[in-house]
Amino acid sequence: MTIQEIYQRLVDRFGADKITGINEKATDPWIEVAPAAIGEVAQFLKGDDQLALDSLNNLSATDFLETDAKLAAKFPYQPHTEVVYHLYSFRRKHRAVIKVKFDRWKNNEAGQLPEVPTVSHVWGIADWHEREAYDMMGIHFVGHPNLVRILCPDDWEGYPLRKDYEFPEEYHGVRGQ
Amino acid sequence: MTWIEGRFEENVVTTTLEQAMNWAKQSSIWPMTFGLACCAIEMMAAGASRFDIDRFGAGAFRATPRQADLMIVAGTVTYKMASRVRRLYEQMPDPKYVIAMGACTIGGGPYFKHGYHVVKGVDLVVPVDVYVPGCPPRPEALLEGLMRIQDKIKSKRIGKGVRELLPVPHHSGYAQSPEHIQG
Repeated sequence: MTIQEIYQRLVDRFGADKITGINEKATDPWIEVAPAAIGEVAQFLKGDDQLALDSLNNLSATDFLETDAKLAAKFPYQPHTEVVYHLYSFRRKHRAVIKVKFDRWKNNEAGQLPEVPTVSHVWGIADWHEREAYDMMGIHFVGHPNLVRILCPDDWEGYPLRKDYEFPEEYHGVRGQ
Repeated sequence: MTWIEGRFEENVVTTTLEQAMNWAKQSSIWPMTFGLACCAIEMMAAGASRFDIDRFGAGAFRATPRQADLMIVAGTVTYKMASRVRRLYEQMPDPKYVIAMGACTIGGGPYFKHGYHVVKGVDLVVPVDVYVPGCPPRPEALLEGLMRIQDKIKSKRIGKGVRELLPVPHHSGYAQSPEHIQG
C-alpha cells in the first residue's frame, strides 16, 4: 500500500479528528495522528489485515525550539515536540511513518511533562524506545509499564536532549562546567 | 662508586638501593584493565605484539585495582562513570600513577561543549601524572606516556630531606634532568 492508501484507510476508520494530516512530499512521507488517539491507531495499524504494520523500526522524539534569539526570528517551526514512529510490514512489504505532534510542556507550564499514550503493549520494542524518549526528551508515555530512565542515572535532573536543557553545574561532587 | 666496583668476582653488580628499587618499580608497572571507549582499542594495540607494552614491563594488565600500579584512563569519562573511576583509583595500592589517555580524558575533547554527560577532564576526578593527547593517541604515544611515568619513578629519592627533581621531557624523546639555575 502507498502512504496515501494507508492514510485513506486510517481516515475511513478513525475520521479526520484523530488522523490530522499527511505529508506526501517528504522523502519519508508521514501521517500525523492526534496525541490522544495514538494508542488505538497503533492497535489498528498492527492488527488490521490490510495494513499489518507488525514491525516498529524506530521510535524517536524531536524537539523543535530555537533558543538563540537571533536565529529564532528565522526559525520555520512553531515550538513543539514530536514523537515519530517508523513502521514496516513484513507481510505486506510496505512502510509508514506516523508522527504525533504536541506542545513542549503539558498545558504550556514549564516542567509539566507532555503526555502521549504508550504503544509498548502493541510493539514490544517500544518499551525501551519509550524509556529512552522519556529519559532524553521528557515525554510521559501514559500506560507504560516501567517508565524510568534507561541511559542517565536515576537521580539525573532534566532531560538532556531538550533544546532548552541547562547543563549541570556539578554532579555528585564533580564539577560540570 | 668506583672504589667498590670490580672488587668482587663476576656476576656481582654494585648499585645503590635507591637505583635498584626504582629500577624494579619502573620495570614492573602493572596497568589496570580499564578501557572506557575507543582509546581502549589503541591501548589494546599497545598491549599486542606489534607495539608490545610488555617491553617496558607494563604488559601485565590486571583485572583488579588492588594489583595495579597504573591506571590508564582510556576513553570518555562520563558522570555516571566518574564515581567508579574515583573508587577504583582509591582501591589501588600506593604508589599509584594515572595516565590520562586521549582528548576526552584530558579535557572533555569533542564533548567539551555539547556533551551533557561527559566529565571535562579526568583530572577533576583523580590526580593525573601524564597526559597523552590524541584522538585516539597512537600506541607509540601511549608508550611515550609510559616512559614518562618511568621517568617519574626514576626520580624518586628515598633519602630523608632529599629534593626530588622531576625530569623534563625533551623533544628528542629522552628525558633529561632540569637545568640548575645558579643564583
